[in-house]
Amino acid sequence: MAIRTEPFYLNIGPQHPSTHGVFRLRVTLDGEVVVGLEPIIGYLHRGIEKLVETRTYTQNIPFTDRLDYLSSMTNNLAYCMAVEKVGSIKVPERAEYLRIIFSEIMRISSHMMAVGFFLNDLGAMMTPVLYMWREREKIMDMFEMVCGQRLLYNYMRIGGVSQDLPEAFMPAVKKFLAEMPRYIDEYDQLLAQNEILLARSKGVGILPRDTAIAIGASGPVLRASGVKWDIRKMDPYSIYDRFDFEVPTGDSGDCYDRYWVRMLEIRQSVRILEQAIAQIPQKGPVCADMPQFFRPPKGEAYGYVEAPKGNIGFYVVSDGSIAPYRVHIYPPTLINITALQDMVMGWKVADLIIIFGSIDVVLGEIDR
Amino acid sequence: MTLLDQFQLLLKAANWPDWAVYLTPAVVGILLIIVFILTVVIVFIWWERRLLGRFQIRTGPNRCGPEGIFQPIATAIKILLKEDIVPEKADKLLHFIAPVIVFVPILLIFAVIPISEGAILVDLNVGIIFVIAISSISVIGIFMASWASNNKYSLIAGMRAIAQMVSYELPVVLSLVGVALVAGSFSMIKIVESQTIPYILLQPLGFMIFFLGCLAEMNRCPFDLLEADSEIVAGYHIEYSGMKFAMFYLGEYGIALAYAGVIATLFLGGWQGPLLPPLIWFLIKVFMIFSVIIWMRATLPRLRVDQLMSFAWKFLLPMAVINMLIIAIEVLVGTMQWLMIILNFGFAALLILLWSRLFTLGGGRVEA
Repeated sequence: MAIRTEPFYLNIGPQHPSTHGVFRLRVTLDGEVVVGLEPIIGYLHRGIEKLVETRTYTQNIPFTDRLDYLSSMTNNLAYCMAVEKVGSIKVPERAEYLRIIFSEIMRISSHMMAVGFFLNDLGAMMTPVLYMWREREKIMDMFEMVCGQRLLYNYMRIGGVSQDLPEAFMPAVKKFLAEMPRYIDEYDQLLAQNEILLARSKGVGILPRDTAIAIGASGPVLRASGVKWDIRKMDPYSIYDRFDFEVPTGDSGDCYDRYWVRMLEIRQSVRILEQAIAQIPQKGPVCADMPQFFRPPKGEAYGYVEAPKGNIGFYVVSDGSIAPYRVHIYPPTLINITALQDMVMGWKVADLIIIFGSIDVVLGEIDR
Repeated sequence: MTLLDQFQLLLKAANWPDWAVYLTPAVVGILLIIVFILTVVIVFIWWERRLLGRFQIRTGPNRCGPEGIFQPIATAIKILLKEDIVPEKADKLLHFIAPVIVFVPILLIFAVIPISEGAILVDLNVGIIFVIAISSISVIGIFMASWASNNKYSLIAGMRAIAQMVSYELPVVLSLVGVALVAGSFSMIKIVESQTIPYILLQPLGFMIFFLGCLAEMNRCPFDLLEADSEIVAGYHIEYSGMKFAMFYLGEYGIALAYAGVIATLFLGGWQGPLLPPLIWFLIKVFMIFSVIIWMRATLPRLRVDQLMSFAWKFLLPMAVINMLIIAIEVLVGTMQWLMIILNFGFAALLILLWSRLFTLGGGRVEA
């Protein structure tokens, strides 16, 4: 006699330890196997795209901090670049270097959080996270030195950055860069060849190359699928063409590759930082001459950068007033997460959690 | 002659009535054992938090008392003062008795563990079998808890619990046959007394299988699927609070202590050891085993449910059978103990190497 079975609905989130915020997954389970999935978003919607229309261009920069709050600097940068394109503003040399330095430090920090929490989702009981927080703490200290903030920096300005470096910064960043390769080796020693990590993540949640391109994925999620696409190389913004670095890619697009690509990118970021620290002009203005109320001419522009989680873009439309007419945000993780359904179908609940974790989402960005 | 027997003789000599001669030592013994368990469990809780803190480069609790030693007491008070919440649609009766059914068998295990020379409640001639039989009852309590909570997460945990406990029972039992064969008895006292060389040296493979099996039976990392907090939040005790939760919490550490005691008795020579008093030796061995468990918890990610199953059926069970055969032949032939050490280490290395080459944990996508 056949046993009567029926699917089983499970709500994962919005309050759940592994939803990285307030994501909600309505999952249909057959035993432990995922047979249906409906992602529900919007629990962190704050209407940022509408709010920015009533504030001046400079007042809008703090809103961008609150999108992907684990990589505020790159959000700042993308928005400022869009506005600078509308207003055709030339950014001083030293400011460009400062922007690159902080973007890359931000990338290291964001990738560390991503990898750490990916391992936490795997059940590694906070240990990798806490080891990575040891270095992230130093990064936070450096940011605090520069802009007095540890999470929401509001550091970049239209036409440059808000203030020059304090004296203590350069020694701190040099010490950090000198120590960093050894710490990355330490993480790899702890994680890279761990038998359980390999068993859990190799071949799990494969995002095929074609699908990745078709959905418009970007960042480590795309590169792990074997596509060598990085805006820093393909369309070098700011001064990325002056640095020598590689774009690491994975081959199969599984969870392990997404983890491993992030670890390799941390090493590349350290390389870029070393070059930037060596090349940065010692003196000079850090912000272009800007009027108190900046009124860009009528027009529209799209500024996009390679954020840690992918390609973040700001489409800014100006009507000549002090506030933007419309700002649209192109969030990388919202695009990446559209692949989730294909990736998890047929995997178990435990895999669903790690596949979701390996995409590395921040809900502030998805819901805006 | 155990201490209880001596106590009985003493009372008989003092002309106590028969029922009192029988009852008094038993009650005193049981109370002493319970006090011993609770004391060690409290130290265990502190030790786990402290050690885990050290593994994760943080301090761990250090506010209550010197080195935070009173933290478990503070935790206990906190838990006891919490409101006892029963979900509206829960099965009230099962929800109420489940923690008891989980906790009581754990206390019963201690009846046959010699914590010092002669300090055993009953020296059963089937001690090992008693341990195995009694410890399997807890799983019924866990399933009751998960079913009665009327919660989907805990239902998944319950299904996992049954599968996990049933699978790991077999290798655990089979690995103990080797011990019984060499000792020539099932009695715990006889097994300890026969260990002139600790059995961990005589049967390394048996020890490994038993240790891993025990980890699975006590839901410890990397087999902590029942309470996988990143997947099913807290598993079977998700709907428990207050005193009932405290029972599960005590049970978790109680069973760790029980199994550490069993491992110490069967494989590490129990109370035997030079210089120090027997009780201290027993505690040292128990804490060593518990520290290894904490070490694994701090380092390893979690297995997936199907990998957990294949680990039991494809790895542990065949190895346990082969181990049993090897030991049986060696005992039958009458191999010298030093030769047995060399042979069994060789076999253990060979088998583990062979199995890691031949088999994989497998598991993968279930095609719809």
